[in-house]
Amino acid sequence: MTAFFALIKRDLRLAFREGGALGTALGFFVVVVALMPLGLGPDLKLLSRIASGVLWIALLLSALLSLGRMFETDYEDGSLDVLATGAVPLELVAAAKSIAHWLSTGIPLAVLAPILGILLNLDLAAFPMLVAAMLIGTPAVSFLGAVGAALTLKARRGGLLLALIVLPLYIPTLIFGISALSAALGPDAAGGSASSLMILTAISLVAAVLGPVAAAAALRIQLH
Amino acid sequence: MDLGPHAVFIWASYAAVTVTIGGLIAWIVYDGANQRAALAELEDRGVRRRGGKPTGTSL
Amino acid sequence: MQSWTQRLANPTRFMQVSGTLLPWVAAAAAALIAYGLYLVFFVAPPDYQQGETVKIMYIHVPSAWLALMTYGLIAISSFGLLVFRHPLADVSAKAAAPIGAAFTLLALITGSLWGKPMWGTYWVWDARLTSVLILFFLYLGLMALRSSLDDEGTAAKLTAVLALVGTAILPIIKFSVEWWNTLHQPSTNFTSTVDPSMRWPLLIMAVGFTLLFIAMHLAAMRNEVLRRRVKALRLQEAASRDGLPAHASAAE
Repeated sequence: MTAFFALIKRDLRLAFREGGALGTALGFFVVVVALMPLGLGPDLKLLSRIASGVLWIALLLSALLSLGRMFETDYEDGSLDVLATGAVPLELVAAAKSIAHWLSTGIPLAVLAPILGILLNLDLAAFPMLVAAMLIGTPAVSFLGAVGAALTLKARRGGLLLALIVLPLYIPTLIFGISALSAALGPDAAGGSASSLMILTAISLVAAVLGPVAAAAALRIQLH
Repeated sequence: MDLGPHAVFIWASYAAVTVTIGGLIAWIVYDGANQRAALAELEDRGVRRRGGKPTGTSL
Repeated sequence: MQSWTQRLANPTRFMQVSGTLLPWVAAAAAALIAYGLYLVFFVAPPDYQQGETVKIMYIHVPSAWLALMTYGLIAISSFGLLVFRHPLADVSAKAAAPIGAAFTLLALITGSLWGKPMWGTYWVWDARLTSVLILFFLYLGLMALRSSLDDEGTAAKLTAVLALVGTAILPIIKFSVEWWNTLHQPSTNFTSTVDPSMRWPLLIMAVGFTLLFIAMHLAAMRNEVLRRRVKALRLQEAASRDGLPAHASAAE
């Protein structure tokens, strides 16, 4: 278990030392959201209606940007081979890397989202729910993303392929992330949002089990 | 045959199925002919599988 | 005990058996589809609500069924490859993917052509159409992943992992799309119960399409077995004339 936490710490340290990855993801998030009003017109009513969808889709795309590097750098410098032969099972390695990705990308994006919500005239009453849904939903983004990152480790055109493979898997998270928000703005705010959040939690838990197992299987195929 | 006011949609659907499946079948047949030709050409040059039995003719 | 899958594990045996079966399956498919088309265009009555447009159903429903069935077949083949290392499992999965994608595309095209007279637009974000669209994306992902990997063995296993992940996620996607759909619009009640006079032609067409799929899948699998033989022979040839200028082995 200590090895597991050491792995998370190591990945986090690498992510923050590089710094560029997080900055790029956040910058991309801001730019995509800022482009929306420019493409759709500055109609505040329309913007507040579509804000939750725009924020979620922009978040998914931003998280996607940094997924490619999850295993790539370790594969290139050979440390992935060391990890594969080490005492920690590859499933746990994949889980640790997914958690590190969530901590270093998912949480910052979720925290930034309300600020962008202001740009889109999102109802202030929805802000707590926005952050809560994103914090609960983004683990699924990281865990399922790990599968895509592991599958495309050696592939040509890895980045584009990763998006094609992973985005359809994000559909449940997207749907329930948005439905939590629209329920929060509806008449039965507490009840509707709670059920959506429960389902989001379930999706993230399923992803947390499925993702590392599949990612480890994909890594083993390529490392031997 | 009178298919009513929406005949064009019915014909378009059947045409789409015909073209797609026809294309798929054509591609499979073409691909098969190519592989068989390649195999026959290799065997003509005396490249055989370790079993030694000619494979191209057993189709 | 030897199951039929184990007995077919030998590619040479598979080539023999499939070679005998293929013409029969293809002929049966052609006969059933021809009979089905005759029923559809000359016997089956127009629907009391939809009129003649219901004729699109006879190709839409079989296409949608094959879109799903093929993904199931790919999932089973992937399982067979990863767990039992069945030598033909990957041949089956690889051959099935483009055919399944084609039927998924057909289900989408015929569905939207059916939708235009029924709903007034070509595309409605109906739960079923949306799920089929997502299924199409999964097929595209499978084919793209395979085509972007150079080593055949690695490509086979990684594609199998992706297919199984897709199988695990697909029910969740289906559930969430249905939830999303009821949230945004009332159910379209598009395909209610099918009248018995239409059920029979539909069944004939469905069985005909399934046989057609089996024939195409068998033929594509045979092509794949041959392609691997050609590849192996070229490698063997290149290895045996090591040292000599290997111009012939490079010839495509």
